[in-house]
Amino acid sequence: MTQHATAHDHALEPPSATGIPHDKMGMWVFLCSEVMFFTGLIGAYIVLRFASPTWPAPGETLNIWLTAVNTFILICSSVTMVKALQSVREGDQRKLKLFLSMTLLFGAIFLGIQFYEYTHLLHAGFNPHVSLFGSVFYTTTGFHGFHVFCGVVCMAFVTGKALLGKYTTESHQGVETIGLYWHFVDLVWIILFTIIYLF
Amino acid sequence: MTEHKHPNYMAIFWILLAVTVLEVGYSFLPVPRSVLIIGLVALAGFKALLVALYFMHLKFERKSLGIIVASTLILGAILVSVGIGEHVLPKP
Repeated sequence: MTQHATAHDHALEPPSATGIPHDKMGMWVFLCSEVMFFTGLIGAYIVLRFASPTWPAPGETLNIWLTAVNTFILICSSVTMVKALQSVREGDQRKLKLFLSMTLLFGAIFLGIQFYEYTHLLHAGFNPHVSLFGSVFYTTTGFHGFHVFCGVVCMAFVTGKALLGKYTTESHQGVETIGLYWHFVDLVWIILFTIIYLF
Repeated sequence: MTEHKHPNYMAIFWILLAVTVLEVGYSFLPVPRSVLIIGLVALAGFKALLVALYFMHLKFERKSLGIIVASTLILGAILVSVGIGEHVLPKP
């Protein structure tokens, strides 16, 4: 599964006691706290579902195929994100700008489809207060959507900096840091899609 | 300076896509509920592992970072297990 070797030069960054750049370590610690946040939400969903004598089949209310397409889009965005990082490490500015812009676009499309899904469901009478399933659905997917929104805003900032040529092979920690966050959001969606839509 | 090799990201993308299609198809199969849940959790876990190891480069990071992440996952597993145990275990 390997194509070629690439050196990661952090020579311009301040020394770190852990050997990991400070902003990358900070992002990982933040992501660990996010793991606990989403574990709390998912745990609450599992407990409520176990405690409920009946639970509607998600496929009767939710559009599984539309959400499967949305999952595909988020996976695509993860690939373009990681390709952007690979590009900047290899010094390919054109591909860096292209892949970051594509990631931003995929993120915006994901949010657009989620907005369409919410609008459709609300018009059909599936509200957060209509049932326990409704509450759990809007809480978990809503918080995830908020995370995607924050990611898109940060991605727009990073893409803007990339378009201005601010990232180089030697200094591109911003691309790696936003990438970690973006992949985490993708990872959370992989789990949410399975437990909310497919169970 | 640390060195590692870039994984073949496109290969991982196709695996993720194939497993997603498999997941959706599997969810429509007339299998017992417990089998369905175990299968879906296994497939989702596999996809999440691929993203963490290759896209987030956890496979190529220092062990100390892996320990930090693993500690969080253990705490998360305890949190969920306690909640499930409330309903699964017999009440005194």
